[in-house]
Amino acid sequence: MTEIALFGAIEIGLVYALVAIGVYLSFRILDFPDLTVDGSFPLGAAVCAVLLIAGVNPWLASLAAALAGAVAGLVTATLNVRFKILHLLASILTMIALFSVNLRVMGRPNVALLMQDTVLTPFYGLGIPDHIVRPLVVGLIVAAVVLLLARFLSSEFGLAMRATGVNARMARAQGVDTDAHVYAGIALSNGLTGLAGALFAQTNGFADVTTGIGTIVVGLAAVIVGETVLPARALALALIGCVAGSILYRLAVQVALSADSIGLQASDLNLVTALLVAVALILPRLKAKASRGAPRNPSAAK
Amino acid sequence: MSFTRLLCAAAALAAFVGPFAAPVEALAQSKTVAITAIVQHPALDATRDGVVEALKDAGFVQGQNLKVEYQSAQGNPATAAQIARQFAGSRPDVIVPISTPSAQAVAAATRDIPVVFTAVTDPISAQMVKSMDKPGANITGLSDMAPVAEHVALIREIVPQAKRIGVLYNPGEPNSVVLVKALKDEAAKAGLSVVEASVPKSSDAQPAVRSLVGKADAVYIPLDNTVVSALESVIAVGQQAKLPIFSADTDSVARGTVASIGFDYFQVGKQTGAIVARVLKGEKPGDLPVELARGTDLFVNPKSAAAMGVTLPDAVVKRATKVVGQ
Repeated sequence: MTEIALFGAIEIGLVYALVAIGVYLSFRILDFPDLTVDGSFPLGAAVCAVLLIAGVNPWLASLAAALAGAVAGLVTATLNVRFKILHLLASILTMIALFSVNLRVMGRPNVALLMQDTVLTPFYGLGIPDHIVRPLVVGLIVAAVVLLLARFLSSEFGLAMRATGVNARMARAQGVDTDAHVYAGIALSNGLTGLAGALFAQTNGFADVTTGIGTIVVGLAAVIVGETVLPARALALALIGCVAGSILYRLAVQVALSADSIGLQASDLNLVTALLVAVALILPRLKAKASRGAPRNPSAAK
Repeated sequence: MSFTRLLCAAAALAAFVGPFAAPVEALAQSKTVAITAIVQHPALDATRDGVVEALKDAGFVQGQNLKVEYQSAQGNPATAAQIARQFAGSRPDVIVPISTPSAQAVAAATRDIPVVFTAVTDPISAQMVKSMDKPGANITGLSDMAPVAEHVALIREIVPQAKRIGVLYNPGEPNSVVLVKALKDEAAKAGLSVVEASVPKSSDAQPAVRSLVGKADAVYIPLDNTVVSALESVIAVGQQAKLPIFSADTDSVARGTVASIGFDYFQVGKQTGAIVARVLKGEKPGDLPVELARGTDLFVNPKSAAAMGVTLPDAVVKRATKVVGQ
């Protein structure tokens, strides 16, 4: 793996870490399987791209992208909470609707940003190579998000949100407005995904309607790999686990991309990636089994 | 933490197998071309095969003095971005991205490795290059923009008395707007005038083509989803009013347009490969103008032509790739 490829994988892993954190919020904390992210990711990219073309400040454009994602999340939450549509179905409805919305926002299927100023522009030309500047800037943004979110989830509101996910009935008995926490949590989750879409568009030079495909799978894989690598009870560590999981997932893709040297074809990429992640998930379990088995066998204990 | 260890081991393995193969061959003056496409489908695969074929014609034979790397992003733009980084790191002699998102990802990943893109419809609005004639920097390539000039020539050959070309399109479709502008340019060069009729929604197609009866001698339909979805209503008017209808896409010929010229993507690949060969031989991509793909597949529909009051010249029928509607 070359240095540029390695930093590239880290950079894309960091961008998708925001998705992983979003999925962690909805899927783990709120126990709400939310597929909206497949639509809110390209929505963030689209909103950011058209605003950049219109000359808006890149940071403001990124913020607007996050807000757009949050609004998409609110739509899903409304369909679920207010109109009692099953969460999975509610999020699928928002996701497919967003495909049309994204085409409307962009006016065409692909908006190019290769020649636009982005949040990264001021950091280029400071003497650090581009392929290191990008993960550095994205990494700082992700670090800020992790810090803010860890604080938020330890606040009274955040604790109530976690209680909502663990046991909604108990939370309501304690006077928690569980509906409000579902709205806030799903909005926050998709807001982070929208921000990720905006960063993806800015680091790769384009927004495309197809950028959303498979976002939920990548997010879930990152969360689960992260939980395996960093089995943490502390919330801040769990968030860091999401980031680590996302980067590891991208490194697995990178290894799969080099698999042609052992006779695999380009079309085998998804299979190889899935196998690498599966091995990562199975190995710790086997190891745990082995260590548990050890005391029962005194001869092996020596 | 065993995953990390495993991953490190795998990464180390890949790092060893990957780059070490290249330097050994480099001693034998070998060149490396890295090709990537956003998805695998027949047209894009044919483009890739065409590139390799053209390189062979130019003396770069795969396995002898040429190494071809190929990666497909399997429809996932994040993977496309990662492939672009991988290529930027392994430093091949030329990177050939196929399709717009792949090309943009590669352009964002490198500013010095030569890039020859292909199957990008509009390289200017995709911001791949600033100008088609002098791209500058490290990028040139080939646009698979519909061959409007060839379409105008075809209309003139089949309907020699035509002075005015009508065009049906939805002003809301960016792709159509680009094609209509190209049509105006090409028609002007040929001394023809263009009469526009707008079709904001499919149900407007029939009234729009009626409005062209008497005002146009032939009608051209660009790659416009709105009009193409209402094609039969347009064909019906063409037959009633003896107004020949031409289309930019070859698929519509079977549905009743007179004729069209489209791309054979293997030839698109060969045309791209010829540019790649020039870069491999030392020319700078920035000095090579972006080429327009040359249409090669000619589809004709003699039955429909007769119904619209025109006879296809023998020369046209003879060189047609496909004669439909018989």
